Amino acid sequence: MTAFLEFDHLRVDVPTPMGPRPVLRSVNLAIAAGEAVGLVGESGSGKSLTARSVLGLLPGGATIAGAVRFRGTDIGTLDAAGLRRLRSREVAMVFQDPRATVNPVRTIGDFLTEVLRERGMSRSAALALAGGILADIGVDDVPRRLKQRPYELSGGLLQRVVIAAALAGEPALILADEPTTALDVTTQEEVVAILDEQRRQRGTALLFISHDLELATAVCDRIAVMYAGEIVEILPAKSLHEEARHPYTKALLRARPGSVPPGERLQIVPGTPQSGIEAPPGCVFADRCPVVEADCRTTVPLLVGGVACHLEVP
Amino acid sequence: MIGFVGRKVAAMLGTVLVASFVIYGALYLAPGDPASLLAGGHEMSPAALAAIRAQYHLDDPFLVQYWQWLSGVLTGHLGDSLVFREPVAHLIGARLLNTVLLVAYASLLILGVGVGSGIVAAVGGRIADTAVTVTTTVLMAAPAFVAAIVLIWIFATKLSWFPVYGSGTGFGDRIHHLTLPAVALSAGYLAYLSRITRAEVRAELGSDHVVAARARGVRRAAILRRHVLRNAAAPVLAVSGITVAGLFAGTAIAEQAFGVSGLGSLLVQSAARQDLVVVQVIALLLVAAFVLVNMLVDVVNAILDPRLLRAREVG
Repeated sequence: MTAFLEFDHLRVDVPTPMGPRPVLRSVNLAIAAGEAVGLVGESGSGKSLTARSVLGLLPGGATIAGAVRFRGTDIGTLDAAGLRRLRSREVAMVFQDPRATVNPVRTIGDFLTEVLRERGMSRSAALALAGGILADIGVDDVPRRLKQRPYELSGGLLQRVVIAAALAGEPALILADEPTTALDVTTQEEVVAILDEQRRQRGTALLFISHDLELATAVCDRIAVMYAGEIVEILPAKSLHEEARHPYTKALLRARPGSVPPGERLQIVPGTPQSGIEAPPGCVFADRCPVVEADCRTTVPLLVGGVACHLEVP
Repeated sequence: MIGFVGRKVAAMLGTVLVASFVIYGALYLAPGDPASLLAGGHEMSPAALAAIRAQYHLDDPFLVQYWQWLSGVLTGHLGDSLVFREPVAHLIGARLLNTVLLVAYASLLILGVGVGSGIVAAVGGRIADTAVTVTTTVLMAAPAFVAAIVLIWIFATKLSWFPVYGSGTGFGDRIHHLTLPAVALSAGYLAYLSRITRAEVRAELGSDHVVAARARGVRRAAILRRHVLRNAAAPVLAVSGITVAGLFAGTAIAEQAFGVSGLGSLLVQSAARQDLVVVQVIALLLVAAFVLVNMLVDVVNAILDPRLLRAREVG
């Protein structure tokens, strides 16, 4: 059986002054059709790059090993036309900052209908479709909004527009790269609720990147924990707290604001976050792991039974 | 939008008014006595000199003289040249077309070749980029009079493709005569605009909204047109406007070097002969042209990027 979306030993090297270095070391993850998977981890762990690799949007000079397969097709083998088709019809991406995502000098209507028009839809039909989605996700005064420009909208409203643009193409998968990080706290929940509700209604799969464990567990079916260019643990969102086995996942859970009584000092994950470039050759978390053993520093643990840790081998 | 244009026009008129005062004041303070100039260098009796001074209102207070001159300019009475003994309006009218053609020609070269080569350098790959960068570096380093000498030597003396001297008659002949002056006049500005365009297009190519457009599967040509060039247009246009407006002043060198009979060469000749009446009017005309072009660019820019309108309203 071919998976809906599969990262198969995906390794991405980027050029550095010292030669190519890996940002993604070995990403293994499969997502089923209609499933929502949360990708969590500290900054620099390669979450965004993992999501972008699905669209073939890698930084210049990057080399790829292993594969990302969408419905059985290796993204790396697609030509420009195939890649464009994938981006416009199958997979949509919602970026972190809506202000930067939408062309500042064009209207909201232009933004929402651009891809639909390229598919051959008439201007009025595309505007009607886009307007309908905006109304669905609770945007008021739609005809006026379509004529406005990004600077006339609030950040939360603009991110709804970006989500509407993603939905308008009726994709099978949405990649959401920290879609609420740039918004203020009160609008974050609304925007996530809209994304969650719409994708459930439409049966769209979701790869949800977040720093916020609570948010990810609320929206997703499974959580994949990423560290230094590797997925170190995958587990059901419901049982994240009870069943976490990897020392990094446990450390992340302890570092949540809700994990200590109010007024007490928050816990941190000891050490500093590492990217795939800096991480040690064995287990990527060995430098910061509280229960590290000699074996961890030399041998890369395999992701077996949902966790990549030498101490968890049955 | 109407309010915006209104404010721009008011600002433009204000600028020209202030410029007229500065121009008149500066020339009033300039050394030399217009009356003895009018006498043509002959020894005149004090009575004759006084008659001339009265005729040209040279003994009135400064502000009265300024007002008389300004109201004359506003009603179309530009006065007579002190040297040519001809109405200034005739002198200027005979030369205006050449200068306007020269500026238009140079502007087309700057906008077409400058912007075009900048876009090619930004998106055309490494070889095109290097070629354009080397060329523009040389052009920017060469001042207009050096470019003029080189162009005359190659194209007029060696190849005889273009005339060395003169303005020509009839449209085609004028354009033929104006080619070398236009190239000499535009070379440095053209290179500068090419650099600006390249930088702006590069910046847009790397911007987040262009990455997002690629992620949405928009066609490459459409991204270039609707997201890269469209967004780079406003800053490129702003610089073009100032550049083109500056050409009016630059015509002096190109017209002198190629013997084109235009406003720039008239300005230089009149200044050398202390023909203050002509210098005043031409200087004011150049300022007005500069301000007018700038205003037009501001308005077009506001249409291209309506954020500018709002910034004005809020601020």
